[in-house]
Amino acid sequence: MSEQALIERQPRERIGKAGRVLRRILREPLGAFGLTLVVIVVLSALFADVLTSYPPTKLAPAERFAPASLQHLLGTDHLGRDLFSRVLHGGRIALAIALGATGLSLIGGIVLGLIAGYGPRWLDNLMLLLFDAIKSFPTVMLALTLVTLTGPSLLAVLIVVVLVNVPGYARIIRTQTLVLKSAEHVMAARSMGASTARILTVHILPNVIGPILILASMDIPVVVAIEAGLSFLGLGVRPPLPSWGAILNDGFVNIRDSYWIVVAGGLPIILTTLGFTFLGETLRDVFDPRLKRRE
Amino acid sequence: MLRYALKRLGLGIIIVSVAMVMLFAMIYVIPGDPASVALGPRATPEMVQALRSRMGLDQPIWIQFFRFYFSALRGDLGTEVLSGRPVLDVVFEQLPYTLALIAGAISWSVLLGIPLGCIAAVRRGGFVDRVIGVLSVAVIAVPSFVIAIYSLLIFAVALQWLPAIGAGEPGNLASQLKHLALPSLAIGVGWVGYIARMVRASMLETLEASHIRTARAFGLTDRRITYSYALRIAILPTVTLLGVGIGNMVSSAVFAEIVFARPGIGKLVYEAISVRNYPVVTGAVLVTTAFFVVVNALADILIGALDPRVRTSFD
Repeated sequence: MSEQALIERQPRERIGKAGRVLRRILREPLGAFGLTLVVIVVLSALFADVLTSYPPTKLAPAERFAPASLQHLLGTDHLGRDLFSRVLHGGRIALAIALGATGLSLIGGIVLGLIAGYGPRWLDNLMLLLFDAIKSFPTVMLALTLVTLTGPSLLAVLIVVVLVNVPGYARIIRTQTLVLKSAEHVMAARSMGASTARILTVHILPNVIGPILILASMDIPVVVAIEAGLSFLGLGVRPPLPSWGAILNDGFVNIRDSYWIVVAGGLPIILTTLGFTFLGETLRDVFDPRLKRRE
Repeated sequence: MLRYALKRLGLGIIIVSVAMVMLFAMIYVIPGDPASVALGPRATPEMVQALRSRMGLDQPIWIQFFRFYFSALRGDLGTEVLSGRPVLDVVFEQLPYTLALIAGAISWSVLLGIPLGCIAAVRRGGFVDRVIGVLSVAVIAVPSFVIAIYSLLIFAVALQWLPAIGAGEPGNLASQLKHLALPSLAIGVGWVGYIARMVRASMLETLEASHIRTARAFGLTDRRITYSYALRIAILPTVTLLGVGIGNMVSSAVFAEIVFARPGIGKLVYEAISVRNYPVVTGAVLVTTAFFVVVNALADILIGALDPRVRTSFD
């Protein structure tokens, strides 16, 4: 490794790089828009308690079905709960699940992908078959069957997301590991007696992890959609916990008389998925233009 | 070509078999005895025992699995717990509604997506191209069930242009199409985005190809080259895209059927789960999975027939 490359590894330089990436994102109108939306969604979830004085689960039968007003910015639902507060607190659940489930899927995908790519041929084939079989269930069908098994809960949502995402990630890691398996630096490490664990973590993992991180960041809106969808069907977050999907379901039942409940439940889902998608697309173009051409 | 097709179909059969093992395992470990759940709390132990042996639940697990597997191969997916009707009949009764919904969604996505992709490719880098690009990403990002609920609110409840509930009068095609329009649009609109992006990209690639250069050298008009020479090749990847997308559309169909109160496989499974009608759940999930795998295989084979390069990469 040349001296120049070593210097570039310094932390201060990395901050500089983060700044450069940020500047490039902001230069793209779409990236700036996406980043703004994401920041708004994240901040409003973090400061939910400061931004609204209504507790998200407090019932107020006297104020049922109130349209949007200055007291209730998004109106109230069929139990008189303040929708603005429920939307903000629902954001916490949505983001926590999106990040947690994506993280777990990443870990699972990386481990299984490394095993499939580096392990024996028969194991590779078996795992590919399993991945294909899992992928062959339509997501919602898989979710419906699983939830029958576990009952509706946050855990069920988490399992569904991980099951849906892991095969895709593992496949990508596997393909790249297969290529690297016979690369010169891996051969060299092996001939010097490096253990399999060391080869995988030190010589292969750093080289295969980049693209999958970008893909995972683009999957965040998909996870948000899965959580909201399952909660809409009553298979995800349990009442009275606030979830955007659950708000949509409350509103769907009363769509003819109280349109604002549906609007309040749908808007945050639209803004969040749009924000993360626009940001993800821009990030991908900045980091790895090659990924773009593959679509 | 035949060898490729057979191999691809063989892989499909193996995948369905593995999926069946997983499905069986899932249903098997569900807490609660299906027989006592089906009969309710007031059933006597004798009644539960009788139903258990009728359902084969008192046999060892591997016998249960092989019975499940081989009867499914023969098309026997068991009988509904209470009515005693064959599950396959129940599923096939609902399947056409879902297929119509998906066909509608594909029509919307192709009819809107291909022209938009073409226009974007022709106006490459211009304002129109950018607008189509942003819109494509946006409709892909927003989940289809939100689009379904919002379109129900706007077009059915507020404007009352289209009906909100059901699949229309049986036998009345106009009424059925009217009922199909909104739910299929809700499913298809995301695919408009996918197809527009795909067609744009492959169109740009095709326009660089040498036979297009030749056509240009011969003095054919741009319009002629774009729409009758380049487009014919540029829409090929759409077939694969739609083949892969079928599973996704089945998922969206579940929501669309519930939101628009339409009959169909999704609604069937959803309702069967809430009353723990397991044979219907396994049967319906199995039929949709098999359908999805077959469509995927057919799309691959079709592409293999159209583009020989795919065939060799499979070996």
